[in-house]
Amino acid sequence: MRTRSKVIAALSIVLMTGSSMAAAEQVTVTSWGGAYQDAQREVYFKPFEEQTGIDLVEESWDGGIGVLRAQVEGGNATWDVVQVESEELQLGCDEGLFEELDWDKIGGKDRYIEAAVSPCGVGAIVYNFVLGYDKDKISDAPAGWEDFFDLDKYPGKRALRNGPKTNLEIALMADGVPPAEVYDVLATDEGVERAFKKLDTIKSDLVFWEAGAQPPQLLASGEVALTSIYNGRVDAANKADGRNFGIVWNESLYTLDSWVILAGSKNLDAAYKYLDFVGEAENQAKLPMKIAYGVTNPDASAMIEPERLKELPTADENMKNALKISDTFWLDNIDRLTERWSRWASTN
Amino acid sequence: MAETMLAGPRQTRSLKRDLARAERKRKRNAFLLVLPLIVFVLIFFVAPIAGMLERSVVDTDLMETWPKTAEAVRTYDWEKDAVPDEAVFSALAQDLIRSYDDRTAAAVARRLNYDISGGRSLVMGTARKIARLDQPPASWRDTLIETEPDWGRAETWAAVRRAAGPLTDFFLLQTIDHQRDIDGSIVPVPTERAVYLQIYARTFAIALTVTLLCLMIGFPIAFLLAGLRENLANLLMILVLLPFWTPLLVRTAAWVVVLQEHGLVNQMLQFLHLTNGPIRLVYNRSGVIISMTHVLLPFMILPLYAVMRTVPKDYMRAAHSLGAPPFTAFRRVYIPQVMPGIAAGSILVFIIALGYYITPALVGGAADQMISYYIAFYTTDTVNWGLAAALGTGLFAATLILYAIYSRLVGGVRGVM
Repeated sequence: MRTRSKVIAALSIVLMTGSSMAAAEQVTVTSWGGAYQDAQREVYFKPFEEQTGIDLVEESWDGGIGVLRAQVEGGNATWDVVQVESEELQLGCDEGLFEELDWDKIGGKDRYIEAAVSPCGVGAIVYNFVLGYDKDKISDAPAGWEDFFDLDKYPGKRALRNGPKTNLEIALMADGVPPAEVYDVLATDEGVERAFKKLDTIKSDLVFWEAGAQPPQLLASGEVALTSIYNGRVDAANKADGRNFGIVWNESLYTLDSWVILAGSKNLDAAYKYLDFVGEAENQAKLPMKIAYGVTNPDASAMIEPERLKELPTADENMKNALKISDTFWLDNIDRLTERWSRWASTN
Repeated sequence: MAETMLAGPRQTRSLKRDLARAERKRKRNAFLLVLPLIVFVLIFFVAPIAGMLERSVVDTDLMETWPKTAEAVRTYDWEKDAVPDEAVFSALAQDLIRSYDDRTAAAVARRLNYDISGGRSLVMGTARKIARLDQPPASWRDTLIETEPDWGRAETWAAVRRAAGPLTDFFLLQTIDHQRDIDGSIVPVPTERAVYLQIYARTFAIALTVTLLCLMIGFPIAFLLAGLRENLANLLMILVLLPFWTPLLVRTAAWVVVLQEHGLVNQMLQFLHLTNGPIRLVYNRSGVIISMTHVLLPFMILPLYAVMRTVPKDYMRAAHSLGAPPFTAFRRVYIPQVMPGIAAGSILVFIIALGYYITPALVGGAADQMISYYIAFYTTDTVNWGLAAALGTGLFAATLILYAIYSRLVGGVRGVM
């Protein structure tokens, strides 16, 4: 008899905790994993849970609109907020995979830099594709992509990402096209021809990388002298591995990652609260101290130490001659140009 | 005597019945035992493959999103003019506005973009602009062509016709570097875009090279292992299995470190004065072949070893005593007996190698990517599932054909895979 009442008591406790857990508000946030998500956990996820009492469940992914489509079209999406790349933002918005944002709930459009505002997404970070080199091995800093193609001045192999995106832009800038005109030139057949011709000049000295972790490794091992690289990876290699890598900000290519809310999210309120939280200047200002990405709230930049600000993509000095990667261009042309690129890469 | 004569047939009949019943029961039990496997294979193997084959020829995006346009395009008399009349344009405009409102236009935009560069912007841009119109214009034909001049081009309409579904050969043709021109006849694609046949050839060449290398390296090892005492063989087997249990990614990354310009191999070669400068071993074909051979070697050794252990040593000795020189005995007595192992190992390695993705992606250059790289690219990056499925179908078909040829050549080998 006594045992039975114990069991009943235990069961009722389990049931009660179960029901009280179900009652607590919850939001599932999906980001890119790795060092970046570690930083986000510290400056966004945990403080958000503490301040609001909302349960934040973390997930990570590595991109692909197909994954999002499966989430939404399956009708039972388990994710609420997702950080997406700019291309997925545009595709998913066109397809109705994301909620259209109610900007009043997240501090209004004026809170953010212009590039961060779009119908379905709010910019999370700004990051750049830069020319990277090892300062220990190269003392006179390259000035831009023209130097990347100069085999006499900077002998040795160089690395680029495998695929046409970013590389055709780089080739054109190296050939003297100003950043502002790159996509106009690239939109013509002659422009594409011109880019591939420029790439031909260094083809025998080119190495291609697939994953963002590769270029720092290539630089560190001395395999290549120059490489295209994400600015955050340079900073991480310098800080964590004691490297002395340099960045050329001139003519760098930048893009944004954005937060979106998946259409039909069951935790819409909590999702908005989360977006509002990560949009606040004082919260954003903490992120660049952990990882070298630029943030989208201009007031946040004012709160960052000038020393650190200098190393971020959003610093005025670094943004001066930068090119924003055009999603429209690549969404229209990626299939064709990838075939062209594959052909180019496999013939000598 | 007469009694037995009478009883005989009846007894046989009931015995037959019993036998048949027992046989049926045995068959039913056997069937029930394999049933889980059959169900598993059907759900997780046959169905996905059938789905993939279907996706490479079924093309219903435009038809489902733009039913009026698809219908109008099908009934229009294209002999007259390559840019259709007002009726077709009006159907297009209605479909465009409706699909823009219910957010389905992106599917058609994507489909047209596979065929014509800029097709996506054309659809989304036109939809955005005409959705703002307050009332229908006098002529949709003039309005649409004015909004986006591409609607007045024969190429655009040829692409719309090709996408009108429900079936298409567009993706399959693309995988053999062909396309249909405006008149609908099949022509080769321009040289600078003809890539897929080359990639298929590359994929098979890499897989074949790796298979042969695995056989060359794996055969002596398996031979040695099979001849050793059991406990010694087990000890050596650890050397084969240890890398087998190490994660693929770790081994591939290790090869990058070993093979790179200032890596172990290059330093050793230079230390021994075999080369003057560093030679390029990674981010090219040699890196891919070396690391894939290493990764796949256990798949060759294990089946070879399994078969070699069962070959009685007496047979070779008998051949020797009958006067066969060692090589002849090996060739005519040993090899035929281990043939099933060679066949199983080779097919296993070859088929796994065909689908390789991670290793070439990390240690290969841009010219060493195998077909799976492109399947992954079109599946996740550009979401061109039709082309991804068509490439997969090509690989599947080619593998089946090669397997048929192979089993014909090897002949006699039964019960292997």
